[in-house]
Amino acid sequence: MAMIKIINPGLFTTIQDRGRWGYQRFGMPVAGAMDLFSLRVSNILVGNNEYDAALETTLLGPEILFDCDELISITGANMGPKINNSPVPMWTTLFIQAGDKLSFSKIKSGFRSYIAFSRGLDVPEIMGSRSTFIRGNLGGYNGRKLNSKDEISLGNKPIGNTGSYLPKEFIPVYAKDTTIRVILGPQDDYFTEEAKKTFLSSQYTITNEADRMGYRLDGPKIQHVEGPDIISDGIVFGSIQVPGDGLPIIMMADRQTTGGYTKIAVVITPDLPILAQMSPGSTMNFKSISIEKSHKIYKEYEEGLQRIKKFTEQNRFNIYDTKNLKLNINGKNFKVDTREIL
Amino acid sequence: MYDKTKFIPAGDKGIVMEFGNSISPEINTKIRNMVMAINKLKFLGIREIIPTYRSIMIIYDPLTIGYNKIIEKLKKIEMGLDDANESETRIVELPTVYGGEYGPDIEFVAEHNGLTVDEVIEIHSSTDYLLYMLGFTPGFGYLGGMSEKIETPRLQVPRTKIPAGSTGIAGKQTGIYPIDSPGGWQLIGRTPVRLFNPMAEPPVLLNAGDYIRFIPIDEDKYLEILDLVNRGKYKVNIVKGGSIHGND
Repeated sequence: MAMIKIINPGLFTTIQDRGRWGYQRFGMPVAGAMDLFSLRVSNILVGNNEYDAALETTLLGPEILFDCDELISITGANMGPKINNSPVPMWTTLFIQAGDKLSFSKIKSGFRSYIAFSRGLDVPEIMGSRSTFIRGNLGGYNGRKLNSKDEISLGNKPIGNTGSYLPKEFIPVYAKDTTIRVILGPQDDYFTEEAKKTFLSSQYTITNEADRMGYRLDGPKIQHVEGPDIISDGIVFGSIQVPGDGLPIIMMADRQTTGGYTKIAVVITPDLPILAQMSPGSTMNFKSISIEKSHKIYKEYEEGLQRIKKFTEQNRFNIYDTKNLKLNINGKNFKVDTREIL
Repeated sequence: MYDKTKFIPAGDKGIVMEFGNSISPEINTKIRNMVMAINKLKFLGIREIIPTYRSIMIIYDPLTIGYNKIIEKLKKIEMGLDDANESETRIVELPTVYGGEYGPDIEFVAEHNGLTVDEVIEIHSSTDYLLYMLGFTPGFGYLGGMSEKIETPRLQVPRTKIPAGSTGIAGKQTGIYPIDSPGGWQLIGRTPVRLFNPMAEPPVLLNAGDYIRFIPIDEDKYLEILDLVNRGKYKVNIVKGGSIHGND
């Protein structure tokens, strides 16, 4: 049976898909990919459904041995991917031959990479999803992050013989300082006018306490009118909670479903993938926009993904026509793929 | 309850429908009726409905339905609601062994409140608790209605691992841990019933709006039920439409 073997898991590598939707009323967190844009594109590039399960790896990538031919793609953070120790490009379909080893050098931009597999990762679907939810020891590969020697079965789907790539204009650029757009509420009226002004005009830094559950930020404190506590209500991906210390926490993929802190604003969906690629130490400003505007941006974001899909359907190369040339330039080895566009 | 329900945005895909700023059975009934009515209509673009203490979080797809349109629809549904509880009351019976290794803090709870252990058991098990909402961890229910007579502060130092099914008290609240987890509640007993099973459908036994009735059992009965639960043979007793026990 086709499978991959984890030689080294990297810093924190889990299986993620769209997440576990439909169970939040039972208190079940959604989980799923932090950067859903990169997850979707990685799947598009290997001919999968956009929300199929892929590997999400953080900061330091894994070392993976393939026992079968396979098509993969790597999107999101650039961690210097290599096949058999030669650098390979990101945001493109990569042909892997049985015995090949995928590894990474070091992070160049972003924070999380996605590796999609054309055959699919064959782990059980639990509550409608293959996403790993670490705190619940549930989903993904045995409910946990990957370890050395783990062997993950791949599905039986035959691999295709064509691939595609993303032109530069579609590839996101990850900055260390950025503007994150938000919609104020649900509890913006629990804050003083001055506090709201502070929130929208200051720079906030992601602290080291930043993981799949949430990012604690550092920066000017945000004052409540009375107190930080509310009767617990719902939390969404991107909710910005402000507890008693006045410092915001952005709730991310592994967030709990409900919480008792005031939420001053929520990050708009198209900016979540950008946020997911920001590392501790990165900085951001918040900009408030209207709901109407946010829906316009969301529509453009989804149309962008449709354009990417269309492009990859119209621009295909035959993976078997790929000629692997090994070049040595100034003492450095490069693996160069040349291919004919169909 | 507010005179006029508030509709508040929670990002570009969420709407909070807020009915009041307090915890009350009346608001809970309204929330249940509203959730049922939305589910019945099955209107397009709604992805998920999450009831909480005093509000409903509605997750929608903005490509299918706009913000104003969804509010318009929700307002229309709300206008058609009855004040009465439209759904049949469900009382879920949870056999529970009190004290001993299953409830190591029950003596402390008794002492703290100037009661005997038997009195604590009697008080705790003679009320039916309204489950306002689920959250915190999968299957964890926030229960209302515990008697003031057994209020006890949390542990000074939380335990690192509490077994699933443990029933505890924290201040004015009582609750059951659905999965093994760390926690600071005063543990008074344990139920062998599984509140959360990811492989089952539905994965969670309890629903917001249910009442929970604790039925005191001894250790032998606990082990007997646990064995049935582990073999997938135990059927939880759910009383439908029965009258609610209370001590208020």
